[in-house]
Amino acid sequence: MVLITGYVKMNGTEINIKKTGFLKEYFGTIFTSLSSLLTGMKLTGYYFIHPNKIITEQYPDNRATLKMAERFRGEVTLPHNENNEHRCNGCQSCEIACPNGSIKIVTKHEISEDGKKKKRIDTWVYHLEMCTFCNLCIEACPSKAIVMGKKFEHSVYDKSQLVKILNKPGSKVMKEAEE
Amino acid sequence: MEKLHLLFVFSFSWLASHLNMWLRTGIGNSFLLLVTEMLIAGISLLAFLVILCFFLGYMERKVAAFMEIRLGPNRVGPKGSLQIVADTVKLLFKEGLTPDGSDKFLFNLAPFVVVVTSMLAIAPLAFARDFQLWDVNIGIFYVTSISSMAVIGILMAGWSSSNKYSLIGAMRSGAQIVSYELSIGLSLISIVILSGSLRLSDIIQSQANGWWIFKGHIPVLISFIIFIIASTAEINRAPFDLTEAEQELTGGFHTEYAGMKFAMFLLSEYINLFIVSAIAATIFLGGWMPFHIGNLTGFNHAMDYIPSSLWFFGKTFFIIFIIMWFRWTFPRLRIDQLLNLEWKYLLPISMGNTLLVSAMAVFGWYL
Repeated sequence: MVLITGYVKMNGTEINIKKTGFLKEYFGTIFTSLSSLLTGMKLTGYYFIHPNKIITEQYPDNRATLKMAERFRGEVTLPHNENNEHRCNGCQSCEIACPNGSIKIVTKHEISEDGKKKKRIDTWVYHLEMCTFCNLCIEACPSKAIVMGKKFEHSVYDKSQLVKILNKPGSKVMKEAEE
Repeated sequence: MEKLHLLFVFSFSWLASHLNMWLRTGIGNSFLLLVTEMLIAGISLLAFLVILCFFLGYMERKVAAFMEIRLGPNRVGPKGSLQIVADTVKLLFKEGLTPDGSDKFLFNLAPFVVVVTSMLAIAPLAFARDFQLWDVNIGIFYVTSISSMAVIGILMAGWSSSNKYSLIGAMRSGAQIVSYELSIGLSLISIVILSGSLRLSDIIQSQANGWWIFKGHIPVLISFIIFIIASTAEINRAPFDLTEAEQELTGGFHTEYAGMKFAMFLLSEYINLFIVSAIAATIFLGGWMPFHIGNLTGFNHAMDYIPSSLWFFGKTFFIIFIIMWFRWTFPRLRIDQLLNLEWKYLLPISMGNTLLVSAMAVFGWYL
């Protein structure tokens, strides 16, 4: 039946609307599938003749010059400036945001020059061994005090070495980040 | 200058005839001479195939890597070229385990059947000018019938493993090879009609004034495309690799095989890849025939200086590259899509195409 309609159509003597639709679909399928396959082959062929596009990092060899991606999540860090000051005012938003309790912030109260009591951090405890690098603490931080670091070589022989205190000894909070 | 001249004269046919003369002086008995020559041919063919499979394995990995924006093997040997050797040594040291519930005789026989069938199909191929193991008068018929026998080994492997995944893979392979055999036959028949011979050397000679893909216009181009698609399915390579389908069948018919028995399946896969590419190069692209354009004598002479074996292997590796390109680009077909493609598209088109080619041959509508 199908072949006969094809023959009729090719001669142009008699055209059945419904069956012409079938023929159109038949050859249309061939055309669209071939063109979509060629699109894929064009892309892979482009990559084949452009070896400079290769994204593989030769890691142990290029360790000295290795550049991690911009949004890479290696570890939580608390950056300090040259005066040993950080931006954390101890609001504990990150501790609340952390889904598995990898962050523990111990606070203390300090008396400032004008006699007011102020909340400051005592120790910023970060459990790297529990961290899932979900980035929720960074998003929760109102004063942009913590950022994700690029370091990823965290192998140690004992897991107690992975419990880190992020604020350096004697560090202070920056003036502009106090509240 | 003398050396340069020797380079042009050197060819495989020269080597073969000199070997023959040398053996003739040493061995008087004609039967012994035949046996010795057969042994030499067989051993050199085996060595060639093993080296070829090493090279194809390396090429496949590198092509795959570059297409996926990776580097591929680059640690063992210069640019990772000895990676395949390292893998082979690893497979040699592995235990050739035979599962308890399996049919032990068939299980151990299957890899040999698969390799032998794929090696048989290489006999009538012409590697260079006047360099052919067996110029049989039914060359194409022989190759198609031998290559469809590979399914016996695959079914044997799947059945005797007594593993349901192996059995499903083997059954799929049976359905696939039986269906795609038809379009392969029809696309080869179009060239047989045009050249008027089943003998491979005659088909190559008929392309002395132009390869069939240029002489035969659009119908031959269509049958070339159909041949490439159907032979990719015939050798069970992606996107038609339903017999192995790692994600659903854990390896298909060779799930239970390990060590060198597994390596033999791998070997036969690469030999099959080479054979279908060599057949496509011989039938459609002129085998060892150099590329000639009409009456441009200067250009044609320059092309003649390239050795015929280089022409053959260049064309073959071009087609191997295209089939690898398919593998690393296309997603796998479902079994119903696979059978749809064959029975609803390839087979009707190649039947109509055969009719067109016959008309061309009758009315002489080709160069």
